[in-house]
Amino acid sequence: MELTHIPFIKNALKNRYPQLAVFIVMLVGYIFAILAGLIGTPVGSHNFSIVFVWIAWWAILILIAVPFFGRGWCAVCPIPLPGEWLQRGAILSPPDKRPKWLNLRVPKMFRNIWLQNISFLLLALFSSVLLTTPNITGIVLAAMLFAAIGLSTVFERRAFCRYLCPVGGFIGLYSQTAPIELRIKDKQVCVNCEGKPCYNGSSAGYGCPWDVFPGGLTKNTYCGLCMECIRTCPHDNIAVNLRPFSADLAKPTTRMDEAFKAFIMLGSAIIYAGVLLGPWGMLKDAAYNVGSGAWFIYAAVFLAIIFIVLPGLFTLGILNTKNTLPLKHRFASLSTALIPLGLVFWVAFSLSFVLTNASYILAALSDPLGLGWNLFGTANIAWQPMLTSILAPAQTLALVGGLIWSARTAQKAASETHTSPIPVIIYCFILTAVMLWLLL
Amino acid sequence: MNPRFKLLLFLMAGLVVAFAPLPVPAIAPQARTFELDARQFTYSPSELSVNQGDTVTIHLVSTDVVHGLYVDGYDVSVEADPGQSATLTFVADKPGSFRFRCNITCGAMHPFMIGKLTVGTNNWLYRSITILLLALFALILIRPAKQARTT
Repeated sequence: MELTHIPFIKNALKNRYPQLAVFIVMLVGYIFAILAGLIGTPVGSHNFSIVFVWIAWWAILILIAVPFFGRGWCAVCPIPLPGEWLQRGAILSPPDKRPKWLNLRVPKMFRNIWLQNISFLLLALFSSVLLTTPNITGIVLAAMLFAAIGLSTVFERRAFCRYLCPVGGFIGLYSQTAPIELRIKDKQVCVNCEGKPCYNGSSAGYGCPWDVFPGGLTKNTYCGLCMECIRTCPHDNIAVNLRPFSADLAKPTTRMDEAFKAFIMLGSAIIYAGVLLGPWGMLKDAAYNVGSGAWFIYAAVFLAIIFIVLPGLFTLGILNTKNTLPLKHRFASLSTALIPLGLVFWVAFSLSFVLTNASYILAALSDPLGLGWNLFGTANIAWQPMLTSILAPAQTLALVGGLIWSARTAQKAASETHTSPIPVIIYCFILTAVMLWLLL
Repeated sequence: MNPRFKLLLFLMAGLVVAFAPLPVPAIAPQARTFELDARQFTYSPSELSVNQGDTVTIHLVSTDVVHGLYVDGYDVSVEADPGQSATLTFVADKPGSFRFRCNITCGAMHPFMIGKLTVGTNNWLYRSITILLLALFALILIRPAKQARTT
């Protein structure tokens, strides 16, 4: 169903002002989170940066934005804005032909998501400190902002978003499951279109900041839903559509960077469930005491699970499936089944973390810097976990549903590669059972 | 057998596994006492096991800073000052697995200072894994009609 067929939606997306208004709110919030992290209380549960980034924003991202809107967060993310305004020399003015900065093309060897995989892993290895220490969160948020600005002055378009952002990597992967897509309406119109303003820009707007040719879009993975192409297309040939969940997974990937992204996210969710939500204090000590011998062992085990154990077991499982396709092709294609499983693992993990700590949100709203303010009268709301009675059933439902979803994806990917899905389904079953044991 | 009928059978089996009442082992309730050391950011011991109906007494001893202990599902809590002990007593009348956690901000990793209380058998875990097994068999044994026709 084409959502842009509805005049209100089409006008809202084509008009720059509604999006700009959201951008400004997000940018102000982001900068405030940086400042709160750097100058506010060191007590994480009373600091805006920890509470609103790792509880509120994370809850909205993983429970709502990604599953239902795909790259919807990227459409309003404030991180690329200052760099992009600098790069364009304007906020809302139409482009002129001369680039203001170096405008280099990102080198071919980096035009993949390996840097995003690495940047996510770096955050993941330090997550116990990052999630709990306000000034570290402030520094990381600031670093991402300055990295985006720096890359905008060197490279064309949104190089940070497309090739470095640690969050964008997994949002892109999981956006393939979402029921929203941006696609062209008629391919022939694009074939006959001169100048391709959706990619190259025009007086109506800029070329795709995500370095995507909308005419060739077949998946959500790399489209940031910035809506620039809807504004520049002179033929009204681009639409935002509602579609069935996981429509993109019917076209399995053949890329190893995307395949390993699936393993990174799956493995991280399992490890976080054990380390952060489990009762084993030794693991928490190891994860938190960065630089200690125990932390190095933790980091080594973390990376081994993600790069050796999980992919290794997966490969062993698919090794003997009789097939003429190269193993690498089968590995990448069948790993598509891990995308819905990973998303559901993160949903199940996040439910526990968020429901336990959501009560801090109202308190942090009234006293964002932990200085004793009480702006809205909610500063002294006592901590109370929420909805704990439904947590276990909700997690079970999510994980069982995730297994079914992954298995169906495996069956479709296997039929594309003419191989058996059974090893992948059993693999998903084992990991889901482990996740259930860790969470329940 | 019609795939839809097979699916219905598996769904019904799943509902039975999820909701069928299980017999409660007839174990006489006892008074159980635990001494729990709390330090940043772990409890020791971090896993406790009791039978359903037991009267549980926990002596919480804080070894470094003020720590609390809140038991999910029972909504009971206690706080202990550094070097001090505090006592929490409650009847473990609900079976299952419950997290207990620190409810007094005690440092950076406070939100993750978690232990586990098992009352009786963790039936929900076993039910969930059984449901998962049923789902696995259903996925392997029930092929969508379209796929069955093309093979």
